[in-house]
Amino acid sequence: MIEWLVDLVISLFLLTGVGFMFVAALGLLRMPDLPMRLHATTKAGALGGGLLMIAVGIEFFGDVAVAAKAGAVIVFLLLTAPVAAHLIGRAGYFVGVPMWPKTHKDELEGRYDHETQTLMSPPGLADKTQDQQPKG
Amino acid sequence: MLEFSIFVAYLVLGISLVLIFFRLVLGPSLPDRVVALEMLATLTVGFIAVYSLSSGVTAFLDVAMVLALTAFLAAVGFARLIAKGGTRDDD
Repeated sequence: MIEWLVDLVISLFLLTGVGFMFVAALGLLRMPDLPMRLHATTKAGALGGGLLMIAVGIEFFGDVAVAAKAGAVIVFLLLTAPVAAHLIGRAGYFVGVPMWPKTHKDELEGRYDHETQTLMSPPGLADKTQDQQPKG
Repeated sequence: MLEFSIFVAYLVLGISLVLIFFRLVLGPSLPDRVVALEMLATLTVGFIAVYSLSSGVTAFLDVAMVLALTAFLAAVGFARLIAKGGTRDDD
């Protein structure tokens, strides 16, 4: 009975994780532009990998080394996925990867100095911060 | 029951692999292909997890750990190449 329950829990984690992986892959193929593809793969992919690693950790429950490795994989996935997605999205924005034609709003438009690749404050905000600086 | 789940998991992961491969080939720009490569690495980590469940061999979990880190390094390198070394698409 208890083994059946353990199998059930492992199967649940396994199928949920694989489902999220599939959703991530489908989003990568079907989404119309780069930021949306990043959005699909980063979150769903990392969650799917984490759930699969949890399934491994439950299957080899008594083995501390396996649990530690599974935990390390989860930590690495969750730490690195957002940073990598941010870097790729930022680089893609700089080189002018075209956005979806129906995109309504691009709040970064005109704010980036493309020579130095630094973000500039909006004109009104910059004046305010200059006023607040102490004179002298 | 677990055998059937593992079978389904292999099947779905295989389909996902094909979908990612299509994006890797089609990808209109280099960043799209980099995203596909990153997803491919995450999917390989998932494959290793399912394999260690189905076979009971846990040796490949080390590979999964290293793969998760090297995929990040590759993404950082590609992002740097795109941002600093490439030409603008709309010029």
